Order: sequence, then structure tokens, then C-alpha cells
Amino acid sequence: MSEHDYIPKSKAGKWFNDRLPLLSLASHLTDYPTPKNLNYWWTFGGILTFCLLTQIITGIVLAMHYVAHADLAFASVEHIMRNVNYGWLIRYIHSNGASMFFLAVYIHIFRSLFYGSYKSPREVIWIIGLLIYLLMMAAAFMGYVLPWGQMSFWGATVITNLFSAIPLVGESITTWLWGAYSVDNPTLNRFFSLHYLLPFLILGLVVLHIWALHVPGNNNPVGIDIKKPSKDTVPFHPYITIKDAFALLMFMIIFAGFVFFAPNVLGHSDNYIQANPMVTPAHIVPEWYLLPFYAILRSVPDKLGGVILMFGAIFILFVLPWLDTSKVRSAVFRPVYKQFYWIFVIDVLMLGYMGAMPAEGIYLVLARVGTIYYFLHFIVILPVVGLLEKTDPIPVSIAEPVLSGGAEPSLAKKDNGKI
Amino acid sequence: MEKFKLVKIFIILIIIIFPKTINSAEQNELLEVNWSFKGLTGKFDRNSLQRGFQVYKEVCSSCHSMQYLSYRNLGEPGGPEFSEEEVKAIAASVEITDGPDSQGEMFTRPGRPSDKFKSPYPNVNASTVANGGAYPPDMSVLVKARPGGANYIYSVLVGYEDPPAGMILDPGVYYNKYMIGNKIKMSAPLLEGIVEYTDGTQASVDQMAKDVTTFLSWAAEPELEERHKTGVKVLIYLILLTILVYLSMRRIWSRIDSEV
Repeated sequence: MSEHDYIPKSKAGKWFNDRLPLLSLASHLTDYPTPKNLNYWWTFGGILTFCLLTQIITGIVLAMHYVAHADLAFASVEHIMRNVNYGWLIRYIHSNGASMFFLAVYIHIFRSLFYGSYKSPREVIWIIGLLIYLLMMAAAFMGYVLPWGQMSFWGATVITNLFSAIPLVGESITTWLWGAYSVDNPTLNRFFSLHYLLPFLILGLVVLHIWALHVPGNNNPVGIDIKKPSKDTVPFHPYITIKDAFALLMFMIIFAGFVFFAPNVLGHSDNYIQANPMVTPAHIVPEWYLLPFYAILRSVPDKLGGVILMFGAIFILFVLPWLDTSKVRSAVFRPVYKQFYWIFVIDVLMLGYMGAMPAEGIYLVLARVGTIYYFLHFIVILPVVGLLEKTDPIPVSIAEPVLSGGAEPSLAKKDNGKI
Repeated sequence: MEKFKLVKIFIILIIIIFPKTINSAEQNELLEVNWSFKGLTGKFDRNSLQRGFQVYKEVCSSCHSMQYLSYRNLGEPGGPEFSEEEVKAIAASVEITDGPDSQGEMFTRPGRPSDKFKSPYPNVNASTVANGGAYPPDMSVLVKARPGGANYIYSVLVGYEDPPAGMILDPGVYYNKYMIGNKIKMSAPLLEGIVEYTDGTQASVDQMAKDVTTFLSWAAEPELEERHKTGVKVLIYLILLTILVYLSMRRIWSRIDSEV
């Protein structure tokens, strides 16, 4: 790529670049040829980077004032809200930032599912992305425990208890995780330590994620391989940077709306009650972004089975590039897959809704149907559809549908605009 | 795209059904009050906050603590905004245990604005045993700790009624229309004229309930006014910047034959 050709103009620049090619890297990043037909669903990578940095910066400031002790944590959060200069702002950005982070990551993942971005040659990008997602869930879960409210405590109790389902060693593992015989001060301490560590691991994986992306280059809404650089591509800067900036600002308007005008609407009111091991809340629910998995967990009558299916629901995504047998990437040219894609989206949303409801009656039935369909989608539908589906004709280049205006490709173009 | 519409309809359905299913669970629809502090530019009613503090001090504070507030908060902008003298006088009206002094003895002194609100009981166990087995919750963040927030607190305060026929209550348990489960261990705290407002406002149960709920809402979110003010500025700034960046983007992308 372009770093091989780049030669700094100044002598000092050349001297430095020969020893550490940071300038070559900067040149590569600005010139990086990007498909020019990327739609706004492709702006979420930049938005996610912003989310991660926001969480790290606000988190570091919060850690300066927070006290990780079972007797003091709740009070220290109130101290941040009341006595620290702009503490309320920093905390609300951090707590709502977690939700915005997940909102963006779900859009990012579902974009990949629609346009087949996980397929060859981008499997490693996809797998690193899933590792990031796993670490995000762990970090978010532990972060939610830190204020030591009722949902913090009981959420931690429910989730750590999952490990007790492991045969033979389950109980010992759970005790080891707790550092005590129940969720207690040692648990809070280690969660704080790990909550501070994980974002930096995520940051490292993000670097790998982008590195792996820059090897094959971006996928695009048409899903075809393109020559780089060519008339199908634009340099990353200024074309993509300005577009990402515009999308990021729109995202920040929604973000600010939550932070300033509805800062607690995504949280649970029980978490403003200090943790009390003697009082169990009526309904223990995780944060909204974990609800689909919570629904899968509860839909299985057997505890171990539920845990296996819940983790399986995530781990099955790791083999997705090999379960999807279709050679065509973009769903735009896959009329059958496109239908199943939207059914799958609805299925996940429904599971999320069932996760928030009590596990009884019709909710439980629907959660079970949703769980079965979730796995059916990956294990049966994707491989079979990929083999049997008759796909629409694919344009040979991005420029072609625009220039020739032929019937089929222009149809694809119209779809892009709307999706 | 029809599938897309389907998803939209589904999302809208969730938004409509969600709150309803939660509310319908064994609870009456809460009373809705048109609070002055709701909305993008919502502010607290200063007089209502001051009256609400009086209700808290003369009624609630005999059982409920408010341990995360300091007396100085009462004079800070965005709150009841008592004058400096008034705050000092309010603080000085309570006896605070301090120490140990140089002799190793604890001693009492009049309160100072920097002191935290004095709690009525030394600990939760003491408050539990003094209140028939149910401790009065700390009120610092009570409004944020209840689904329905201010409407819930107000509804409970005015929701005391005779129990429906056939419902037998244990001694020390009262019927409340809006309390979750309808049973409450706190007797109706607000009675007509229990407080004599210094500003001459008629101390009806409804008025006191509104005032004290306003006060508790401020106590839970003392930053609310500043948050709203800053939020409006931030939104205006972001929207203007978004427009500028959008125009720049159109300009830059006009150099090539592609839609942005």
C-alpha cells in the first residue's frame, strides 16, 4: 500500500520516518482508498471509536472520585453527582455512553450481516469485532455493578451464579469469582479493577480490527471486490472523514438529548436504592443491550442448558462466515436472504422485549419460539438459502450502475439509498 | 421496502406496549401533575421548593433521613435558594455530634452550612425498629429510585383511602391506592393544616404534596436546572455545527461524480 511510496518532504521528517514510519502510517490513513458508494450505515465504525474514547476519558475522571467499597461506593457516586464539578455531566455521559456504544455496535453488526461484510476475505475482521463485542459486554456488566445499587448487586448475583451451572466445579468457580461466599466487597473490588482494564484491551483490539480492515479494504453496499485505488474509490481524507464527522454529529445530538434531558430513562430506578443483600427486587432485569441473551437464558428450563444456549448465541457468530454458504456478499442481490434477514432482526428485537418481561405465560412461549428461530437462522436457514437461492445479477463495478443506468443495477442503486 | 415498514411498526408497537404492560402490573395509573421542572427548559418553582423544604423539615424529617444533602445546598443556585443568613439559621437549628475533641470526647455543637442533613435515627436498624419493621427510606434520591418519579411520590402522598370492602389490614398497615401492592406502613403524613406556611399559602394536602414532591425532585436532581440550561446550549451548538459540516461535506463531495 501507499506507505511504501511515501517519502516525507522535510529532511527531519525523512530522518524520523526511516526510524519509525509514523508519517507513512498517517499518509496511509489519509490516502486509504475507500469505496465511494458507502452509505451512512458505514459511518458507525467512526462513531464507535468516538464512543470508546468518550467512555475511557469520562471513566478515568470518574475513577478519580469513585470509591470501590461496598459501604462507600453508593455514597461516592452521589458525591460525584452533587459535589464534583460537573460530576453529574461526566457520570451521565458515561452511563448513557454505554447505551449509545451498544446502540452503535448493534447497528454496526447488523450492517455487517446485511451486506455480508463478514465473508471472505474479511473473516478475521469479523472475529476481532466479535471479541470486542464480548469484552464490551463484560465491561458494561461490571460497570453497571460499580454504583452498588440494588440492580447492580442482584444483576451481579444472577450473572455470576450462571457459572455455578458448570458441572462439578461450578460452585468453586463461582466462589472464586466472588472472592467470598456471595457477591460482596471483594467482588466489587475486582470488578472495578477489571472494568478499568477491559477498555484498554478493547482499544488494542480496535487497532487490530482497523489493521485487519486495511488489508482487504472496506466492503461496500454492492458487496463486490473493487480495484484500489480506482474511480470506484475516494481517498479517506477528506471524503470519508467529513462524512463520518457529519454522521457523528447527528449521533451526538441524540446522545446529548439523552444526557441532558432524559439521563435516567435507559437505567433502572432500583439502582438508586443502595444494594441490600436482604431484599431481592421484584424483577431483576439487565440493561437493555443484554436483554435478548437474557431471554434466551431464561427460555431454557434447565440452568446449564440455558447458560450453554446463551453463550452459544454469541459464539455461533464466530463461525458465521462458514455457515453462510452464499458467494454473494450484499443482501441487495439476495432476494431470499433479504427476507430472512429482516425476520431475524424482528426475532432479536422480540427476544429483547421478552427479556424485559417476566418469564411466564405467553412471554415464555414467545421467548422459546424466538430462541429456536435464532439458532435455526444460523444453523439451517443460512447454509440452505446460500445453496438454493437464485441471486440477482451483480454489477462489475461500483461506477457501472451509475453510468450505464441499466435496469437491474439501477434497481440495486435505489435499494441502497433506502436501506 | 415492505420489510422495513414491518420493522418500524414493530418498534412503534414495542414503544406503545412497553410502558403499559409495566404499569398494568398490580398498580393504579399514577396521577399526572404538570410539573414546572419537566420539559426542555423546565425549572423548579422557587417558592414551592421553599415551602416543600418546610414540609420536609416539619413532617418528613422526623422519620426520613436525607443523608447526601448538606445545608449549604439549600442556598445554592437552582435549588430553594434560601439566603446565606437563612441557610446559617436552618443549619444552626440542629445539634450536630462532632469530635472527638482533644480530650477524646464527642461533643455537640450547632450545625453549620457545610454539615450533612442530620438523620433522625443513628442507623437503619434503629429506624426499622422504631417504625414497626419497615424503615423509612432515605429521601436524597427517592424520586429517582421509584418508577414514575415525582408523579409516583405525589400520588402516594394523596393516595390514602379506606381499604376496599373485604380487605383486612394488620395494625400499623394502611391502604394506599398508588403504593405498589396497595399496603403501606406509613400513616398518611399530610393532614390539612399540619404545616403553617410562612408565605401564607393555604396548606391543603394537595398543596403540601405538590410542594414536598417538588422539593424531593430537586433533592434527587439538584443539577436539573443547570443540566437543562446547558443542554439547550449544547443542542443549539451541535445543530449549527452539523449544518456547517453538512454544507462542507456537500462542497467536498461535489468534486466527484458520486452522491454522498
